[in-house]
Amino acid sequence: MPWIFIAVIVVLLIFVIGIYNGLVRRRKEVDNAWAQIDVQLKRRCDLIPNLLETVKGYAAHESGVFEKVTQARSAAMAARGTGEKIAAETNLGGALKSLMVQVEAYPELKANQNFLALQEELTSTENKIGFARQHYNDSATGYNTAIALFPAVVFAGMFGFRAAELWQITDAAEREVPKIKF
Amino acid sequence: MSERRTFRDMIAANKRNSALLMMLMFAFFLVLGGVLGGAFLVPPDRIGEGVTMGLVAGAIAAAVYGLIGWYGGSGVLMAFHGARKIEKRDHPQLFNVVEEVSIAAGLPMPNVYIMDEAAPNAFATGTSPENASVAITTGLLEKLSRDELQGVIAHEVGHIRNFDIRYSMLMAMLAGGLVMLSEVLLRASFFRSNRRSSNNRNAGQLQLVLMIVGIVLAILAPILAALIQLAMSRQREYLADASAVEFTRNPEGLAGALAKLAGDRTPMECSKATESMFIVSPKVGLRGGADDLFSTHPPIKDRIRRLMALR
Repeated sequence: MPWIFIAVIVVLLIFVIGIYNGLVRRRKEVDNAWAQIDVQLKRRCDLIPNLLETVKGYAAHESGVFEKVTQARSAAMAARGTGEKIAAETNLGGALKSLMVQVEAYPELKANQNFLALQEELTSTENKIGFARQHYNDSATGYNTAIALFPAVVFAGMFGFRAAELWQITDAAEREVPKIKF
Repeated sequence: MSERRTFRDMIAANKRNSALLMMLMFAFFLVLGGVLGGAFLVPPDRIGEGVTMGLVAGAIAAAVYGLIGWYGGSGVLMAFHGARKIEKRDHPQLFNVVEEVSIAAGLPMPNVYIMDEAAPNAFATGTSPENASVAITTGLLEKLSRDELQGVIAHEVGHIRNFDIRYSMLMAMLAGGLVMLSEVLLRASFFRSNRRSSNNRNAGQLQLVLMIVGIVLAILAPILAALIQLAMSRQREYLADASAVEFTRNPEGLAGALAKLAGDRTPMECSKATESMFIVSPKVGLRGGADDLFSTHPPIKDRIRRLMALR
């Protein structure tokens, strides 16, 4: 009789360890995804001084926009905490977008190789931020679902698995996750 | 959630099929080694010895070929297609686009290669997402917009994520190896039959049978390989297209690229062994609308229709 008890306990233990390891793996993925967003946001901040330097020579009248971008950049770099950070970065993204629109009015800039290279870098960095956010939200949603499902939900709280905060964005242009049918 | 499961199933199936393919390759080398050993290595009265020697040689050859293929396969494929590896400074935009898509997929950055080829096309290869490469022709870079390029790269990264690359690389290796072997085998058997001096009638007959089996194998194997490849690759293309949309959330990019590729008539030289790896069939005639029985790819208009249904 005691052997059956021991066997049941061992099987249960293996089962719990399996669930625990699965959750740890998912949480690690979420952390990595978050780190990737940070890398790209930092990259965007690093690009700005160079970009402003190049643009200033051609579009000196747009100093108001430059000022806005510079301020938004400082605010983004100083931001602490997820909520504040999201707000500051969204603000910086908007300021940069309006700068690039203003700059459209200066055709000479389009002939500047340095500017074109910076423009490509900025476009790509914006894409990378968007994709990193998308990947973060996808893996965070997967992780949040995993810790809310039975039987994982029984241990999740015990082992300190907290739900991850999504990077919400109020931009209407944000595309919906497509439904894939086969 | 259901699409996730589909991809997971596909990945599991790809890993399973890859292992199966490796075993098939090993078995094929053993059979071939045995047959060749029995037929050619020794005089007809010591056929058992010959078969044993052949089996050992086959096992060694299989191990060597397998290891070279696993670790050097992508390098061989890249060299075969005249692709050269690039760094970011060689083509910043292409490099950026690949980086963007791998971030979207949450995968490490693959190696990027460019092929000097006017026909627009692309393929991916490797053994796993950690060890993967994408190759793009110069024609593709010239003809596509940034969004379309992103769609094509996303399709290739889809192949990487779904482990199609492992399966298709092993497939190309098998097909390439078989073509090579069958040529050697056929040549050797004709050469040998001219100067056969049998002193034992029965053993001579057995040797003849073995030789015929060898020849039949050599002829059948490439056809068999091609058929397996055909059956598998269409579903892969649809799934890679769907993966691309999962990464970029922009079906128009890939659909636009496919429409341009379908309309392009630049010819491209390509071997049968690697044809199915490309995003569209290198054979211009097989792209249009016709659902050709012998095409490794689904008709492009069908792929575009499915892509646009994802919006």
